[in-house]
Formats: sequence, structure tokens, C-alpha cells
Amino acid sequence: MINNAQEFYNALPILIIGTGILISLLIEIYAEKRKIFQPWISIIIFIAAGSYALLSIEQKSTLFMNMLATGGNVNVFYFIFTFGAAVVTLLSINYLKKYGANYGEFYILVQLSVLGMMLMAGAKDLIVIFLGLELMSVSFYALAGINRKRLKSNEASLKYFLLGAFTTGFTVYGIALIYGTVGSTSIDLIAEKFIELSNNFLFITGLLLFFIGFSFKIAAFPFHMWVPDVYQGSSTTVAGLFSTGGKAAAFSAILITLGALFTAGGAHTFTPYLAVLAVLSMLYGSIVAIAQSDIKRMLAYSSIAHAGYLIIGLAAGNYQGIAGIIFYLAAYTFMNLGAFGIVSLIEGEEEANLDIKSYAGLAAKYPMLAALLSICMFALAGLPPLAGFFGKYYIFIAAIKADLTWLAIVGVFSSAISVYFYLRIVVLMYFKESEKDFVVAHNSTGLLAVIISVLLVIVFGVAPGTIINLISSFL
Amino acid sequence: MIESYIPIFLVIGFAIVFAFGVLLSSTAFGPQRPTSEKSSTYESGMKPVGTTRERVSIKYYMVAMLFIIFDIEVIFVYPWAVQFKKLFSEVGISVFYSMLVFLVVLELGYLYVYKKGGFRWD
Repeated sequence: MINNAQEFYNALPILIIGTGILISLLIEIYAEKRKIFQPWISIIIFIAAGSYALLSIEQKSTLFMNMLATGGNVNVFYFIFTFGAAVVTLLSINYLKKYGANYGEFYILVQLSVLGMMLMAGAKDLIVIFLGLELMSVSFYALAGINRKRLKSNEASLKYFLLGAFTTGFTVYGIALIYGTVGSTSIDLIAEKFIELSNNFLFITGLLLFFIGFSFKIAAFPFHMWVPDVYQGSSTTVAGLFSTGGKAAAFSAILITLGALFTAGGAHTFTPYLAVLAVLSMLYGSIVAIAQSDIKRMLAYSSIAHAGYLIIGLAAGNYQGIAGIIFYLAAYTFMNLGAFGIVSLIEGEEEANLDIKSYAGLAAKYPMLAALLSICMFALAGLPPLAGFFGKYYIFIAAIKADLTWLAIVGVFSSAISVYFYLRIVVLMYFKESEKDFVVAHNSTGLLAVIISVLLVIVFGVAPGTIINLISSFL
Repeated sequence: MIESYIPIFLVIGFAIVFAFGVLLSSTAFGPQRPTSEKSSTYESGMKPVGTTRERVSIKYYMVAMLFIIFDIEVIFVYPWAVQFKKLFSEVGISVFYSMLVFLVVLELGYLYVYKKGGFRWD
């Protein structure tokens, strides 16, 4: 319930997306030329919500009877979700036409999933987190199968749905145990009672189950099985959304709960568990990615490795770690979307040109695409002065400050391994002869989306201090 | 102690006698013309014995899904309506508007389903 004008303004990013979904639904049923302007309406809605979130970043408040927080880093997450989704929408316009899957529902589902992500990022209550998680996940299950005439797309959707529903069970069970021991689902109350209950077996089990549910969504190691198949099977642009928006939203939910425990003095309760998860995800992702011949599967394993780097920030258990994670998520969202965007541009009909070998000699034919993909690969590998380097830098610094130097060393070691498979693409593009002859269809909107993400990656890399100071000032 | 339960026992006893009495009287006095269709377990439903992998038309799933939407609507609206007077005196008119917003969102979904032909059986 909104009581005054200021609260209304603070809730505006969520309200814009919510209203946007209804408008898009009406356009879908009534407008004659909906296929042309449906995506643009949805992009305008995303940019309006994201820009407003950035403008009102100083307005910290809680809304709806202490259910939802706004302002500060919540709005940073709103920016990541909305602009990431805007880039995905821009990429999808011509991509969906190429596959004959240009359904208006696609754009509505992307908006719905963003609404779910925003609820997760702003939640002050476990029930709101669960609501957002389900809204996001159910839209994702449908998005994975949006290309419904393709068998692999259907397989990806079903696989994602079955495993996703199963792990949602873990989350709900965890919430139930937490509620049973604390007597409330409010995150503030849970943090208050944390010290008192930190020896309570059921309470700790509940928290761990809760994190296991989210480990699935962020694709950390023992819960990663779905990632390569789902990314490979679903449309490339949608896979980009899963690996960036979905991951960022799940991390935002983890940060809300863990961050509340930090203030209660429970920062290092889960460090051993998280450190193991981080090491396994990083090494597994980096090593298995080397063996991949399909670029989408390679990016999927790289996404598992990146989940590992991000978990280091959680294991560090200090505010530098949290700030580092938020910065890394912002950087990772745009460099990964850039990479998936280029893949979606080069991908031909019927999944052609997804093999890594198709990238051989690309620089001679399409210097622009090759240069953009190289920047994304350098950023993903974590080479300075791009955004990926500073993301890793802040997270490793946080780990060293928390006396987890060995974890930072494993992280550096793992990024050294990952340089191999990222730069292999660059080497193929610039130093090898082309093996296959194919034409990349002209796609101006897709190219624009990739250029926007690459520009953001460069901006984050040039001025990381300003951004990290902004994020830290809200913690 | 036990005396206070006597009315309940009486009701249970009466229910048993009445139920079996009615069933038995229909077998005793009613005309009997059994057919194979009539004597199956679900007279107008599915066959009780057979393969479990029966193919069911997708239309039934559509109806089931749409039914859930309205089921949930009722689940939310009913307690709201019961408690409305109390909530209204405590919180004010925003109680009414929040439900109005919920219903508008729901009805837009309904409109979408209707226009996309979700209710068309053929």
C-alpha cells in the first residue's frame, strides 16, 4: 500500500515495469502492427525504469509494510536488470525473425522475468524473494522454449523446468525451516535472531537449503548440470539473459540475506562451505570449457567459472566483497551479453556457425564483429584495462583482506587457465585461415546492442573507482 | 464427560443408518437394467482399467490452467471481502484500491486469453 507521493516515486521503477507488462499485453491483443513496435515499446519501458532507478539512487526507503527496499544498491541492481534486458530485447528483434519465432509474448515474458528479478533485488522478506524467484523462473522456463518448433529448444525448456522446480523445493524447504525457528520471514528479524540461533541445527540447515536453491540459479559447481544443455538448446539471446540477469538476480537475493547476517556478526559462518563451492566452480568451469567445441557450451562453462569468482566475494564475508560482487555483476552482465550477442549475430539458420572453428579467419571478413568479440573475450578473461579485470581485482582484494589469500590464489590460477579458451577464439579469428564460407546477415539492431554493451564494458573498465565508491557508499 | 458426546454419536449413527438405508432401498425397490456402460466405475468418465499412458487432448490442460487462474482469484477475494469492514476502518480506502488493482491485472490476463482464443474449444 502506498501512503504518500514519495513512496510512490520510490516504487516507480517496479511500477513502470508492471504497467509496461499490462500495456504490452494490450498491444499484443489489439494493435495491428504489433510485430513492429512491440519490441521498441518494451525497450522504452526498460530504459525508462532503469534511468529512473539511477536518478533516484539516493532515495533509500522501505515500502509496502517493510516488504520491499528501494534506493542504494537495489537501484544499481535495477539498472543491471533493465539495461541488460533492453540489450537482450534489442538483440532478439532480428534473431527471432531469423528463426521464425517472432512471437510478441517473448517481449512480455522478458519484462515479466525482469519484474521478478527486481522483486528479488529489493526484497526485505523471504516470501518476496520466493515470489520474485518464481516469477523470474517461470518466465525463464517459457523463454527457454520460445523457439517451439526446434526440438532442442523444447528439451532445454523441459530440463530447465524439471531441475528448476526441484531446486525451488530446496529454497522453500529452507524458508520453512527458517520460519519455524525464527518465527518470521522478515530478513531484519532473522538477522536480529541470528546470534541467538547460530547453534540451532534446524536454523543453519534452513539457511543452507536456501542457499542451495540459489546455487542452482547462479550455476555453481555441484548444481550446474543444467547450464550447458539449457544454454545450448535455448535461443542464444535468451541464454544471454539467463547467464546475466538470472545470475545477477540470484546473487542479489543471496546478498540481501547474507548482507543482513553480516551486520548481525555472522559473516564467517558459511565461509568454509562457500570457499569449497567457489574453488570447485572456478576450476571445473575453466577446465571443462577448454574441451568444448561449441561456443555456446564454452560460454556456459565460463559462466560456471564466473559464478565461482563471485562466490569468493561471498566467502570473504566483508563489505569489500559485497561491493566487488555488485561491480563484477554489472561488468559481467554487459561483457557476457556482448559475447552472446556476437554469437547470435554470427549464428546462421538451423544452428549453423556455432562451432568454434567457424570463427577462424573472421577478422578478415568481418573486422568489426571480430574486434567487438575480442574486447568481450579480453574482458571475460579478466585482462586490464577492461571491466572484467577490475571486477576480479576487487573480489580478490576482499578475499585477501579476509585472510583467504589461498582462495584468491586459486582464483588467479583459474583465471590463468580460462585465458586459454577465451583467447583461443581471438587467435582463431585473427591468425587462422577461414575454413568455412558463410555470410553474416546484416543486423543493425543486433550490432547496436553489442556496441552498447561493449561501450559499457569499456566505461566500467576506465572508471571503476567511481562506480565502486558509489556502491560502497550505500553499504 | 462422555454424556456430552451422545448427540454426536446419535448424529453419526443416524448418518450411517440413513446412508445405507437409502442405498439399500434403491437396490431393493428400484428397477434393475444393467448395461456394461452403466456398471463401470465411472459411468461417464474414463475407463478404470487400461493403459496409464492414455493420450489426453491438450484442450483439457488449457481449461485446467485457466480454471486455476479464477480459483486463485476467488481464494484472494473471498477472505478480503470477509474482512473488508475491519480493514477499511483500520487502513482506509487503499484496501479497496489494492484489490481493484489486483482484479484489473487479472482481468487483463483474462482478456488476453479470450482474444487469443484460449476459450475456443474447436
